[in-house]
Amino acid sequence: MSGRLRASLRRLALPAAPLLWLLAFFGLPFAVVVKISLSDPATALPPYTPVLDWDAGLAAWADVLAALDFENYRTLIADPLYLDAGLTSLKVALGATLLLALVGYPIAYAMARAPRAWQPLLVALMVIPFWTSFLIRVYAWIAILKPDGLLNQALIGLGLVATPVEILNTPAAVMIGMVYAYLPFMVLPLYAVLERLDRGLVEAARDLGASRLAAFRTVTLPLSLPGLVAGALLCFIPITGEFIIPDLLGGTDTLMLGRVLWSEFFSNRDWPLASAIAVVLLAVVAGPVVLFREAEARRLERPETGDPR
Amino acid sequence: MTTPHPCAIPPATGHLRFEAVTKRFGAHPAVDGVDLDLAAGGVFCLLGPSGCGKSTLLRLTAGFEEPSSGKILLDGRDLAGVPPHRRPVNMMFQSYALFPHRDVAGNVAYGLEREGLGRSEITERVAEMLRLVQLEAFGARRPDRLSGGQRQRVALARALAKRPRVLLLDEPLGALDRALREETQAELRALQRRLGTTFVVVTHDPAEAMVLADRIGVMAAGRLVQAGAAADLYERPATRYVAGLLGDVNLIEGRLGAGGAGTVRGLDTPLGPLRAFDHHGAGEAGSPGLLALRPERLALAAEGLPGTLLDTTYLGDRIVCRVGMADGRVLRAALPPGAGPAPGAGVHLAFAPEAASLLPGGPAS
Repeated sequence: MSGRLRASLRRLALPAAPLLWLLAFFGLPFAVVVKISLSDPATALPPYTPVLDWDAGLAAWADVLAALDFENYRTLIADPLYLDAGLTSLKVALGATLLLALVGYPIAYAMARAPRAWQPLLVALMVIPFWTSFLIRVYAWIAILKPDGLLNQALIGLGLVATPVEILNTPAAVMIGMVYAYLPFMVLPLYAVLERLDRGLVEAARDLGASRLAAFRTVTLPLSLPGLVAGALLCFIPITGEFIIPDLLGGTDTLMLGRVLWSEFFSNRDWPLASAIAVVLLAVVAGPVVLFREAEARRLERPETGDPR
Repeated sequence: MTTPHPCAIPPATGHLRFEAVTKRFGAHPAVDGVDLDLAAGGVFCLLGPSGCGKSTLLRLTAGFEEPSSGKILLDGRDLAGVPPHRRPVNMMFQSYALFPHRDVAGNVAYGLEREGLGRSEITERVAEMLRLVQLEAFGARRPDRLSGGQRQRVALARALAKRPRVLLLDEPLGALDRALREETQAELRALQRRLGTTFVVVTHDPAEAMVLADRIGVMAAGRLVQAGAAADLYERPATRYVAGLLGDVNLIEGRLGAGGAGTVRGLDTPLGPLRAFDHHGAGEAGSPGLLALRPERLALAAEGLPGTLLDTTYLGDRIVCRVGMADGRVLRAALPPGAGPAPGAGVHLAFAPEAASLLPGGPAS
């Protein structure tokens, strides 16, 4: 009996480990953030009320619960600033993810088709920029994009433009920064899928009458979709909440949620409202992930019928 | 008479011809000056060890590679520069290369969709092909839910669906276990007879080539060594390699006597002067030669080559005797079962000169 109990405990322990990790380092902190988002700002330490007193009894807990409300969320909806920032975040994240897919796919494809001996080197080259601080790499883009920066010097030197082009502090600069910073997150999952793709499948498609383009569209692309989706999620989620790139490269017109969140926390010291933004941000980015996971699960279960198109 | 199958194509098409085809990868010729004329509607097997160039020849025909020099003609038309998707040939891949994201019917339909056929016609043709390979009930299955034999049949149905003039099969039975392979060989042969499509099969298994093929081309190191019916290759091999590939053979080296191709010539051997038929021109008089003799062509006789019976192996339909000769070599003779001399006895071996072949000798063979 106890032997069987031990065995079943062992069976449970392994899957429980990541769950416990998630609970300790995501679940509990997030519960705190949710609680703060339902509180009111206060000029105090900590800067919100009510504060949980662990020594007061259950009655005090009931008081705390009663004092919580959705006031901050109502503010988020009522003030167009937050909605605008949210929409800008989504727009930038969607646009950057799309650009990343367009730029990253050819790179990943070329890496997967390169001679086997080169591939470890190519992967290393993709990863090497990470050895430098993210902040420094974004600062470097300021030097490149500023009016008298490298890019403008090159453009003027080549005679392509007469006066410096305004790039820094525009949405274009933010896009450039995003694509640069997140490229490996798009390329590596795509490469992993494309590298394992049996080239015989493309040959079979060609043999059966598919042009190069048709073979790509009907075989390579659908089979690399899992990598494309993984890469897109790895880019879309952090870009939605990205703070450093829009703050350093973007102008005042690129107001994204990450920056609003930062200024609520540090400039306005409005922790409850900032927490509410954080909760909304999570809901926004978690949505696509959950939807994707469910679609994926359904797709795997369904015994697919023919695809006569 | 059976009525022709709806998939059958007129046997006048599917005539494949290779003219001095060479394919080099770097400096190394994978296929080296192959001349070959394949009759329409037959089964031709390319036989040889891995790396001999037989798969490269198949890929050249499919259009995945272009010859470095030489021509490939299909029904008289030069295939040079025609991309794979425009060639009226289809290939069954060694790994089957089934599309994992499509079910069985979707795999078979793929080529027809690329052709732009109507939906109802595709459905009809797919059903017909699945019936042909007895997989009617499996149309909605994913390839990863099929057994090896079923996958092999899907690959076959997919390659045949477009009614190619020539079907290229790269080790079509290589991934099957032995029992299934023998059964499938017979099925493949019957299917080919029914459709009349030209089949070009690549295999490394001589027994499989003999079962499947009307004609066999033996390849070694990129060259076509000999092509012919199985009986030609077995009875009249052109080289030592071909002789050894298709079955057990006794080889006796020596110096060639006078004569040429198509004559019985002498060969001066350590066992004394012997006579054998020179089918393909073994070389000039005085040059090294080899006498190739199948064990079943050797008989015990009152006089002939003297030797000592070392041992016998009973194999049901025949008895294989190992006979030690005067110079220490051992010859194998396959005799009809029945009472024979006991091991240790002195015997004489004899053979008809026409039953033995003279081959070029020397290190090059």
